[in-house]
Amino acid sequence: MSAAEAKLPGNLQANRRLSQWVRIEPAGTVAVTPGKVEIGQGILTALAQIAAEELDVGLARIRMVPATTAASPNEGVTSGSLSIQDSGAAIRQACAETRAIYLAEAAAELGVAVDALRVEDGEIIAANGRRTSYWALADDALLDREATGQVAPKPPAAHRTVGRSAPRLDLPDKVLGRPRFIHDIELPGMLHGRVVRPASRGARLVTVDEAAARALPGVVAVVRDGSFLGVLAEHEAQAIKAAETLAARARWDERDTLPDRGALAQWLRTAERETTVIEERASDARAARTFSATYTRPYTAHASIGLSCALAHWTARDALTVWTHSQGIYNLRADLALALKLPPARITVQHAEGAGCYGHNPADDVALDAALLARAAGGRPVRAQWSREDELAWDPLGPAMVVDVSAGLDAEGRIVQWTLENYSNGHSSRPGRADQPTLLAAWHLAEPFPVLPAINPPMPAGGQQRNAVPLYDFPGRRIACHRVLEMPLRTSALRALGAFANVYAIETFMDELAAAAGKDPVEYRLLHLADPRGRAVIEAAARRAGWSGRRKTEGRGFGIGFAKYKNLGTYCAVVAEVEAEREIRVRRLTIAADVGLVVNPDGAANQIEGGAVQAASWTLKEAVPFDRRRVTIAAWEDYPILRFSEVPAVDVELLNRPEERAVGVGEGAQGPTAGAIGNAVFDALGVRVRDLPITPERIVAAMG
Amino acid sequence: MAGGITLTVNGKSRTVQAPQDTPLVHVLRNELGLKGTRFGCGANQCGACHVLLDGHSVPACDTPLWAAAGKHVVTVEGLAAPERPHRLQRALIEEQAGQCGFCLSGILVSAAALLEHNAAPTEAEVRAALDRHLCRCGAHNRIVRAVLRAATEAA
Ligand code: FES
Ligand code: FES
Repeated sequence: MSAAEAKLPGNLQANRRLSQWVRIEPAGTVAVTPGKVEIGQGILTALAQIAAEELDVGLARIRMVPATTAASPNEGVTSGSLSIQDSGAAIRQACAETRAIYLAEAAAELGVAVDALRVEDGEIIAANGRRTSYWALADDALLDREATGQVAPKPPAAHRTVGRSAPRLDLPDKVLGRPRFIHDIELPGMLHGRVVRPASRGARLVTVDEAAARALPGVVAVVRDGSFLGVLAEHEAQAIKAAETLAARARWDERDTLPDRGALAQWLRTAERETTVIEERASDARAARTFSATYTRPYTAHASIGLSCALAHWTARDALTVWTHSQGIYNLRADLALALKLPPARITVQHAEGAGCYGHNPADDVALDAALLARAAGGRPVRAQWSREDELAWDPLGPAMVVDVSAGLDAEGRIVQWTLENYSNGHSSRPGRADQPTLLAAWHLAEPFPVLPAINPPMPAGGQQRNAVPLYDFPGRRIACHRVLEMPLRTSALRALGAFANVYAIETFMDELAAAAGKDPVEYRLLHLADPRGRAVIEAAARRAGWSGRRKTEGRGFGIGFAKYKNLGTYCAVVAEVEAEREIRVRRLTIAADVGLVVNPDGAANQIEGGAVQAASWTLKEAVPFDRRRVTIAAWEDYPILRFSEVPAVDVELLNRPEERAVGVGEGAQGPTAGAIGNAVFDALGVRVRDLPITPERIVAAMG
Repeated sequence: MAGGITLTVNGKSRTVQAPQDTPLVHVLRNELGLKGTRFGCGANQCGACHVLLDGHSVPACDTPLWAAAGKHVVTVEGLAAPERPHRLQRALIEEQAGQCGFCLSGILVSAAALLEHNAAPTEAEVRAALDRHLCRCGAHNRIVRAVLRAATEAA
């Protein structure tokens, strides 16, 4: 097979040149240039470990270069917990081939056979003691070729860096307060921009008195294009003030466009929709008893602690450079090109780190804001940043969902028939996937782009389909998804996508059925699960949490939840321990996870812990409030999240599976955590709250 | 605004030419180039922007420049000399306490204020002292462990 035909691992397949991924630098460093980006999840550290491993150099020699459309491979979006699979596999192969190429050079130079050479931290040493190094041999021409797929990466047993905990490369800067975030970039001559969003959804700007804003000190321009309204000023505080002044003097044509929040489930069930049957399998097994229940989750915000921010600089009338914390620099470039009517090649998109994003947050939107405002900047660069209010209220929200589940049990209490149907908007409005932009400002221009309904990524990953198919061995099953096509509130990818509500529904319902069958919840799950890795995490979490020895006391409860993320990623089981007093306190989450080969054990544990805490926050507290016109969040106080005094203890056990494929860890714990908490609440109080979040009011209502 | 407003920032006297109602966070970040103080809400609701003002942890987004006149401001950059990080900074790294790290500057400042007043806090006291700080990544428990670890180390 020729090199051009060889199937290469991960994203090396589509980006085949070694020089796109790695460069040996004479100064004694290795530049690694993935197209994946750091979003606070520690991916750069894990990828650096992989590179160091295959090249046999110390981690400190690896220099991770921020992604840019000017140079980096197109690795799509950093999402779906796929970076280790897609980018890690590519870097592993590219670095293994790089090592082989440099060893061949060294062998020629030293006059020895390649297998007489070993590499120690970049020094290439022959059996006869002669030596050279990557750095002495550094030559870009050596890597200016396609990967062949002919070099085998190291077997896991030979790993020295991969599989050991490595400290995060980005943490020192963040702890010492060094400039590192996109927010900290200052370009010479930079102006500050702010956008005034419409007063409500679908509102049209009728008039705005710009004079008062223009008269404020430091104001350079007021920008208006249809209902897109913004301001540029010399100083940030001036831009904020000018935006407030403009907002107070803008008149909008407003109407009711949002559904009745009190009847949201009803709306989701009756809105125009498209139905997809995901799986249908008939079984003759006869049910002796049938059960059904409905679970819901509300619209949920990404709620990053940092504000969405971007910089834009028109370097010519038709040439733009943008700095962004987007998860997908090429995807963003495609949408900017559509919205600005420019060829993509005229736009350079450069990544800089933002705060954690947890999915598709307004990071992409603010980049278009910056580019539109910068058109009025007379060639000066512009830094645009959203307000906290807009960050929460105009976020592409995690969609509200309704999940109907029903099951038939045979005479022994085994589940023989299972159906799950869910209703929600699509779970992705990410840029770069359609011939229309999905960036917010594009909808508000004088020549507006249409609002596209959010889509669902295809199976097996899926969006609202994600984890709709239970991993359990139910003989008869029917799984269907109803994608709502009206999108009054903008929705997109929030960590775990549909898996959160689907797993919550499945795992809560499993407990309800276990109770009906008179079985222990752990035992009941194992009864329906053949998958050995799934059984292993359930057993490990139960053992570690002391499940069989747990003691029932007043107001205290234990619950378990389990899933295999996307049915192809991380296996995760969570045992929650809650105390119910005036409100629900989650005391402890005990987690067992199997992520295949673990690249950075502490980094993986950190991600799982964080995901579980965030999921506890979603489960207990979070719901985006809205009336018939707008999301009614003005500040954090309108969207509470879990605080230090409320966060449970989290204990993570990673099952060691070095021979299994490495999978991402960031999204495995969310659904199981919600299921475990819901089940623990039932254990504590004897009531089921099937609508998230599980608030004190809902518990009181459920108690009747 | 003639003559400007003078304050001490990380031990150095600084005179700032900016309107006196400018929030201190913008002065620190944009006038003085101290980007370590983060901006997360502008409304005293997230804790990202906390600095020490005469030893008290306060939100710099809700502190107008005039209120800092003549006072001592310490930002995350001023907690310790860069070559010898503060024990809290060392402990955060030892515990790998943080994911995106956006919340950490404000948390460090509040934790430093806590240890000044209470050399050996309990876990509950640490959580109470940090309760005004939001962390969306769920790094809370590691951060609490880091503060407790720092408390056991010499200043
Ligand atoms: S930015 Fe000051 S408290 Fe949020
Ligand atoms: S580490 Fe990301 S907000 Fe705290």
